[in-house]
Amino acid sequence: MRLVYFAWVRERIGRTDEEVEVPEGVATVADLVRWLKSRGEEYEYAFENEAVVRAAVDRVHAGPDRPIAGAREIAFFPPMTGG
Amino acid sequence: MNATVRIQREGFDPAAEAAALTKGRADIGAVVSFTGLCRDEGGRLAALELEHYPGMAEDEIRRIARMAEERWPLLGLTVVHRYGKVLPGEEIVLVLAASAHRQAAFEAASFLMDYLKTKAPFWKREHLKDGTVGAWVEAKAEDDAATGRWARDVPA
Repeated sequence: MRLVYFAWVRERIGRTDEEVEVPEGVATVADLVRWLKSRGEEYEYAFENEAVVRAAVDRVHAGPDRPIAGAREIAFFPPMTGG
Repeated sequence: MNATVRIQREGFDPAAEAAALTKGRADIGAVVSFTGLCRDEGGRLAALELEHYPGMAEDEIRRIARMAEERWPLLGLTVVHRYGKVLPGEEIVLVLAASAHRQAAFEAASFLMDYLKTKAPFWKREHLKDGTVGAWVEAKAEDDAATGRWARDVPA
């Protein structure tokens, strides 16, 4: 699946997007965050306060419990500040 | 009703957008227009840079627009949101809500802005007058509270 990052999440991870193959057992958004944090300190830094980072699964806002099976694109970003 | 939703880098003219919305219409009795502008924060700011999630930004605004249409008898709706660099004094966002009567138009415009601020995937960062790139603007708890107020409005 494709992961995309925005604003300071993007800056902390150091990339705008990437293709990943998630291991078996990574079933939800929260699982995905836990797995990403195991991949390096840039992910640790981006998700150091997990409750702050928001997610979208296939461009729809998603909570931590949202299953990710079959998702094409998962985005992580800070709370929105539009308007 | 087909809402007009645009995400664009270029500036826009709120008066021209309102004129386009009401052109040839005799059923509209009220248009509420909200324009969000870039402040200079007491002279500190050279520009605001808006990052957005292409695709999701438009989807999310259309979703919010549909929620407004379900709630109020609207006759027209326009939302324009810019991305990229916006200079102090320039427009960032426009919401136009048209209805037969004023109350629906006022409330729908306010609802749309509250949801745009907290749900539409846009992020702002400051560029300062001294040439440095400043901080990302932090989300405000009062914006979340303002959005939450609409949820509590739903009759039991």
